Amino acid sequence: MALLDKYAALGAQYAQVEAQGANPFNVTFEAMISATEGRYRGKPVLLLGTNNYLGLTYDPEVVEAALAATRAEGTGTTGSRIANGSYGGHKGLETELAAFYGRKHGMVFTTGYQANLGMLSVLAGKDDHLILDADSHASIYDGAKLGTAQVTRFRHNSPEDLDARLRRLDGTPGEKVIVVEGIYSMLGDTAPLKEFAEVKRKWGAYLVVDEAHSLGVLGATGRGLAEAAGVEGDVDFIVGTFSKSLAGVGGFCVSDIEGFDVLRVATRPYMFTASLPPGVIAATRAALAALRARPELRARLNENAVRLYNGLARLGFALGPEPNPVVSAIMPSPEVAFAFWARLLEAGLYTNVSLPPATPKGLALLRSSVSAAHGAAQIDQAIGMFEAVGREMGIIGADAPIAG
Amino acid sequence: MSDNDAELKTVIFETLRAALTKPAELSEATHIVDDLGLDSVAVMDFVMEIEDRLDLSVPLDKIAEIQTLGDLLTVLRGLKAGA
Ligand SMILES: Cc1ncc(COP(=O)(O)O)c(C=O)c1O
Repeated sequence: MALLDKYAALGAQYAQVEAQGANPFNVTFEAMISATEGRYRGKPVLLLGTNNYLGLTYDPEVVEAALAATRAEGTGTTGSRIANGSYGGHKGLETELAAFYGRKHGMVFTTGYQANLGMLSVLAGKDDHLILDADSHASIYDGAKLGTAQVTRFRHNSPEDLDARLRRLDGTPGEKVIVVEGIYSMLGDTAPLKEFAEVKRKWGAYLVVDEAHSLGVLGATGRGLAEAAGVEGDVDFIVGTFSKSLAGVGGFCVSDIEGFDVLRVATRPYMFTASLPPGVIAATRAALAALRARPELRARLNENAVRLYNGLARLGFALGPEPNPVVSAIMPSPEVAFAFWARLLEAGLYTNVSLPPATPKGLALLRSSVSAAHGAAQIDQAIGMFEAVGREMGIIGADAPIAG
Repeated sequence: MSDNDAELKTVIFETLRAALTKPAELSEATHIVDDLGLDSVAVMDFVMEIEDRLDLSVPLDKIAEIQTLGDLLTVLRGLKAGA
């Protein structure tokens, strides 16, 4: 028995995908050209699977900020905030995030994944209860696992099931902490946050919202779903990431809770890892400033989202329940998803494949995400490629109307 | 006691049969992953159906320990007794 034999079944699946010559889990671009174009196997590809929602990865001000900070402060901090010290930029970004959200406190983590590990592992302690939406991201499940609280999951987007679970816990000692997301990354659906807030209030629980895919996307000022739903006052903690709309890497939490800063010496995913490099911090601050100063980016993003969603819906693709920048086409099987994905890539369009157990209800998804940087013509081009491949493979009917 | 057990077993088997795409021989010795081929999320989803029917919540660390339907029965019995 060799050490890695336990992965034999997984390895066989992976080898099978690899043998088809195009593996969605092993793509290396030869070059990135812009926020919407890359080069793959010698040909240009239109990028429709990046989470680059505001298209800020090549924004001149963001790039310049990264360069200037790198020149001034070096490439890395070579240590953790606790052991080796913070830079002014870390503090500055925390202050700016807190101000953006109108909260008292902000804490920056090295990735969004670590923000969830860091917050969920400490918010609920040994005698407390974490109650997660069933479709939560892996980082939420892992954060729950890293902590010592009792963890249960409730039916995705179901205030009734959340209510039932809190009722079952009524009279049980310990705090109750609910965790949901803004926009869900697999199907692009949003949480019924108003209803969740009501349930939270009814039972005196705390509410954490991961706005990873909704920061810069939803809300009058881009703060996310809590803002759009008008329930920011009921959300005790917002976590999020810099790796999507903010075009960098890193994660954060903001809150008004008293005593927040003690978490800096309690949460291991913050304490025992190196802090973000000056270039990343400076780029994120510039991207946050752009998010705030340029609402037209959000408007363009949402126009593109609706254009893609409606285009694919008209063609007869089965999609998630609402138009958002994540647009997933539900495929009949993983095999069809792989084949569809490979043909799109061959035609010059890069998308993502998402499979169970990462997806809900065992769905095989061909996942797209749009950017404010896409032009309408690029979205139409993408719809055209979906149409051609969809007809070729018989996924959509031949009598479906022409895209456009 | 055994009445209760029989009821729990019926709930488990009925729920599982409804969730499986193929008919399968089910017993307390049935291994949920090896024999039925459910992945981690499918197991949690199937347990959720049972939670609804019995009006109780099974913590995730308990679900992680469950290998056979007999293990699940034991966990549910414990939770019902504690409820
Ligand atoms: C809902 C959610 N939370 C957290 C993360 C983790 O963010 P990051 O990529 O910054 O680690 C992601 C995406 O990867 C996500 O989709």
